[in-house]
Amino acid sequence: MQRQLANMKQSLFDQGYLDEQFVQLEELQDDANPNFVEEVVTLYYRDSARLVQNIDQALEKSPLDFSKLDSYMHQLKGSCSSIGAKKVKSECTQFREYCRVGNGDGCKRSFQQLKKEYATLRKKLEVYFQ
Amino acid sequence: MDLGVKSQPFTSSNASWKSGDVVPGQFPAGLKVLVVDDDPTCLRILEKMLKNCLYEVTTCNRAEVALDFLRDNKNGCDIVISDVHMPDMDGFKLLEHIGLLMDLPVIMMSADDSKHVVMKGVTHGACDYLIKPVRIEALKNIWQHVVRKKKHEWKDKDVEHSGSVEEGERQQKFPEDVDCSSSINEGNWKNSKRRKDEEDEVDDRDDTSTLKKPRVVWSVELHQQFVTAVNQLGIDKAVPKKILELMNVPGLTRENVASHLQKYRLYLRRLSGVSQHQNGLANSFMGPSDPSFGPMSSLSGVDLQALAASGQLPAQSLASIQAAALGRPTSKSAVPLPLVDQRNVFNFENPKLRFIEGQQQQSDSSKQVNLLHGIPTNMDSKQLATLHQSTLGNMNMHVHSQTSQSNSLLMQMVQPQSRTQLLNEINGSHVSNIPSSVGQPVLSRAIPSAVLGRNGIENIHGPQYTSLSQPSTSADYSSQSTEFSGNTFPLASSSGMSRGLLPNYDALNVNQNGNQDWRLQNVGSTFGPPHHSNIQGGLDVSRSVLIQQPVSSSQKGGQSRIPSANKAAFSLAEGFTSIPNVGQQLNFSASDKSLRSKAERLHETGFQNGLFSERYGQEDLMSALFKQQQEGLGAVESEFGFDGYHLDNLPV
Repeated sequence: MQRQLANMKQSLFDQGYLDEQFVQLEELQDDANPNFVEEVVTLYYRDSARLVQNIDQALEKSPLDFSKLDSYMHQLKGSCSSIGAKKVKSECTQFREYCRVGNGDGCKRSFQQLKKEYATLRKKLEVYFQ
Repeated sequence: MDLGVKSQPFTSSNASWKSGDVVPGQFPAGLKVLVVDDDPTCLRILEKMLKNCLYEVTTCNRAEVALDFLRDNKNGCDIVISDVHMPDMDGFKLLEHIGLLMDLPVIMMSADDSKHVVMKGVTHGACDYLIKPVRIEALKNIWQHVVRKKKHEWKDKDVEHSGSVEEGERQQKFPEDVDCSSSINEGNWKNSKRRKDEEDEVDDRDDTSTLKKPRVVWSVELHQQFVTAVNQLGIDKAVPKKILELMNVPGLTRENVASHLQKYRLYLRRLSGVSQHQNGLANSFMGPSDPSFGPMSSLSGVDLQALAASGQLPAQSLASIQAAALGRPTSKSAVPLPLVDQRNVFNFENPKLRFIEGQQQQSDSSKQVNLLHGIPTNMDSKQLATLHQSTLGNMNMHVHSQTSQSNSLLMQMVQPQSRTQLLNEINGSHVSNIPSSVGQPVLSRAIPSAVLGRNGIENIHGPQYTSLSQPSTSADYSSQSTEFSGNTFPLASSSGMSRGLLPNYDALNVNQNGNQDWRLQNVGSTFGPPHHSNIQGGLDVSRSVLIQQPVSSSQKGGQSRIPSANKAAFSLAEGFTSIPNVGQQLNFSASDKSLRSKAERLHETGFQNGLFSERYGQEDLMSALFKQQQEGLGAVESEFGFDGYHLDNLPV
């Protein structure tokens, strides 16, 4: 079981879903806070869900408010990087780049991709934490 | 535990450090850190990391809450870590506020690592900038900023402050209105002698003065009004009375305004980076036991200007101002820096005191203005000087006594030195500013009772800070920083500052006229304006005011505390009308969240340098003096919570 877990984790890292920051979180976990990582990840998903929703709504508007979108994305990126969600984070960067140049379609596409990665990671982590 | 998310705005992770002091052998364990970030994930992670570093953590997800916490818990925090992008207030604004209010080191952090943002951090005085995601290794060494700052302060303060913080608090004991001067004096002297730890101070802070003045909480809005008024009047002409009139805030007294003005000036001065000089000046002020306000005033005025111009306040002027403000004789008493022990990181006063002391030392004793005039007759100039010094050291805003407060304010204001300095200053003394009363305690964290006590914050655990509404500290800051330069006082104007904290600052920009504009404020915003000059301006004015005040102990009779010197300064400015509130006002300690009270205090002190000094000065000075005499550095202890750390290590 342990090995399974270890393998799972390793694959998450190998596939680039998680990065070094996740390791930092794990290192913070101790007897006093045995579920620290899970706690943080849960917190992340809860808080970022709100952001994702905001971005979705903002993308519906016309014309697009790029600075606002960028601001949301900056926050989301901060959260992602805190837990080590590597792929999601790189999608954030991509999105921000589109924002910077004012490419609305690019933003929307990128965001779709981001949501996908976001959901995928969540599932994987759910399995991992079980 | 996030602040603001639940009902408790503050959460404290370690309840272990009750005493608020770091166990000597375990430094930096026990370092009190305040983390401000609107991202709950990040906040949680940081909290855990800091706890793992054995620090005492308080988290907060709103800047206002953080400011209130800082204001109310002068010793509750040694260092602040704040995110740059926050919805309710820009991180840089918060930085400025903290810089103004208390001389605490602030570390900025962000996922944004672009150079211009990092630069902004530098210009606003952040002592470090971390890129997210933050690693625990980066957090392990944050204690260095606290130490550095304290060290820096101590150097500046030199002897004067030895134990000023404590003394400051003690001084607060002295009722402002020195009705019973003798008793007050005794009390003061006693306190200062003791240089005890802050526990004593706590009580003091709360207002030992016979006149219980409601604490004014300088909220952002209030401060903004203040700044506007100051700007309208012109920094030179901004006298508490007029400011009060302009502000037209019910319940605000002239003293409040005067003390706030003093602080503001000190802040500006600090931003302008004249702290060093100012210290010298302070010394000079403090020096002469007899009220030499006259000469000093001129000196200070001139000096301030000069400083403003060059960014280096002539020691004398600064000293005088400070002295005046602080009411402390600048004598070079070798007050061991110590006072920093008050350690209130949040002590607003401390920075001031420190600053002043530093100056004092530099300036020749001759200049010592006997700011302490106001001080009860018992205190001879020497004592006063000591007090000043000590108070300076203490700079706690707590110092109830007006003088001390004013002094501290002065100090603080005077040190516009760059934001960093401010920040540094903040460290030691800021805490003190935080009104001890705090009651607000949202900080469930276990702020060491001692610490709290000192500041009178007794219970930080008490009420939660949810309300935080009033940015009293912000207000304080704003006043102090008067952003004159028209720039948006970063706090206020910074984008997104919802609080409007600093709106005042903008207003203050006005002052640029003539005197030194306190542009420092622009710290956030523009960086451009010569900070020095800005602050100087403000400070000068205050200083001259201070100096002028003939130290008439009668002045407040009750005030006794050195204040008269300070008061004098203020009164000169406006026809000094007893600064009763000074004491109270200065207590930023937000004993209550009420903005008003703080505002009042600040207002009063603001323009009346004397007032400020009075507030702080007297008590602080007294205590400082005594302390110094008695203990030298010893007392410093726990200011930082690192008992073993301070003073001993610092060259005095």
